[in-house]
Amino acid sequence: MESTRLVQSEVEELELKAKHLRRKSLKIIHQAGSGHPGGSLSAADIVTALFFGVMNYDSSSPKKADRDRFVLSKGHCTGLYYSVLAEAGFFAESGLNDYRKIDSEYFLSGHPHPKTPGVEIATGSLGQGLSVAHGIALAAKLDNLDYRVYALLGDGEIQEGQVWEATMSAVKFNTNNLVAIIDNNKVAQDNITKDLKDLEPLEDKWRTFGWDVHRIDGHNMAEVLEVLRLPLHSQKPRMIIADTIKGKGVSFMEGQTSWHGVAPSDEDYQKALKELE
Amino acid sequence: MDGATRDGYGAALLELAENPRLVVLDSGVSDSTRTKKFGSQHPDRFFNMGISEADMVCTAAGLATTGKVPFATSFACFLLGRTMDQVLVSLAYSNTNVKLVGTHSGIAVGEDGPTAQMIVDMAYTRAMPNLIVIQPADYEEAKQATKALLEYNGPAYLRLGRPKIKGIYNEDYQFQIGKGNVVNKGSDVVIFATGSMVSESLAALEELKEKGMNPTIVNISTIKPIDEQLIIEQSKAHGAVITAEDHNRIGGLGDAVLEVLANNQIFVPSKKIAVNDTFAQTGSSKQLYERYGLSSGHIAKAVAEVKNLKG
Repeated sequence: MESTRLVQSEVEELELKAKHLRRKSLKIIHQAGSGHPGGSLSAADIVTALFFGVMNYDSSSPKKADRDRFVLSKGHCTGLYYSVLAEAGFFAESGLNDYRKIDSEYFLSGHPHPKTPGVEIATGSLGQGLSVAHGIALAAKLDNLDYRVYALLGDGEIQEGQVWEATMSAVKFNTNNLVAIIDNNKVAQDNITKDLKDLEPLEDKWRTFGWDVHRIDGHNMAEVLEVLRLPLHSQKPRMIIADTIKGKGVSFMEGQTSWHGVAPSDEDYQKALKELE
Repeated sequence: MDGATRDGYGAALLELAENPRLVVLDSGVSDSTRTKKFGSQHPDRFFNMGISEADMVCTAAGLATTGKVPFATSFACFLLGRTMDQVLVSLAYSNTNVKLVGTHSGIAVGEDGPTAQMIVDMAYTRAMPNLIVIQPADYEEAKQATKALLEYNGPAYLRLGRPKIKGIYNEDYQFQIGKGNVVNKGSDVVIFATGSMVSESLAALEELKEKGMNPTIVNISTIKPIDEQLIIEQSKAHGAVITAEDHNRIGGLGDAVLEVLANNQIFVPSKKIAVNDTFAQTGSSKQLYERYGLSSGHIAKAVAEVKNLKG
């Protein structure tokens, strides 16, 4: 596929942007004194690729009818999400200073809400985003618009039963413009995910349910871009299982439950920045 | 016109179908909820999500973000019972323009027993910011409420029932969200009733008239936002209040009315007609209304009691 061959410079540019957004995520979490660094860092490459290499949107007109949509089903990763939205121009960079603060100008609450420009729906209670994304994707078909709807889920999140309800529904309606991505960082809040409930083999599960399934290294920018740019399947919804590392990029955060929902201290923040230079 | 409120809903959907924003979702009970006809006439705008209410509610929320007006329908017990979190986050907090339609509410469902008798739904829908709550009293009002909800922008819960109800309103009636309606102008006591309890109150009126009593009966079809002005006026004018609902006594119409009275320093004798914080059992609607204190006879008795308390 000549047309989808990646240009090396683009990959490098996005890798740099992802690093920049990792730094920014940690910065605002550190500033706020609370937040979820681990899952923001694991999802950084995927979300960077989506917003700066894949999705079609106009941040100066965030409600444009034919825009591609993104639903952060793992709603706690706002450190990353808001950093990305600001970088994409949905609101002023200075707004990030009010992250998690009362009267935040762009409503940068701990979890997303549609009052924030660029956010489609409130999330934060796990398990709901895939259904919401599916509803949006169904609307695209009703309106004869060809936008895609991307939903980012956590691997812990897929233990919620509703995820499987939505998994069945999207197959029933042949919702091929729905693209779900699992940030498979293998670590949840109080345990590693497989000790809570081991849902591997993930590909087999979604394939059996009737999805078009891909598994990639969620930190390999070329791979991430390539899979996100694949033409849609003729009828199946798409599931991308992205293997990632919780806390990716900051050695002392990697693979740790302890960095799920804790802001770094001044010292840890400085150490982390050095690693992300 | 006689008929169940769910029938009024089903008929309204067919009439409203020309509005392309209207989409209907069901969770595998479309015969009983009366969405099936809409589904067969407009298959492109009908989504039978199967038996997965949580998924249905959030799918509706997604559709609503694009400007559709989804009516997500199921039995009240499952629609609300299984989805409190989904309704709170994806509807109420997100302020998505989704209409939840729960049929088969209350103990009036009858023989299917307590797992099918939803008696706590008003309590938790009322408690959610942004969500409005409407319960029509008959077929015509259900039809009009459905139409009004298609126009209204915001999340709402429409509480409907299974049994046929003798018509109270004709086409001249004009339902308005947030407005109560006086169905009998009387004296001494005012009954604020909702849903099936409006016709139950009208039945009590026959009995009471023989005894020389004629309470005012007010249909409170919008439980939230409740018609404070009408409640204040009527309560002051009568000096004795009855509330009547097929719902648990905690968190429903009775509490909503008493809250209005308390907030406005109106201290008058009152009685709640409601399920008395218990689970009912199987039986016909009529038997259950008799057994659990919701029948016209109970209403008539309560009217006499509050009238005496007034002194």
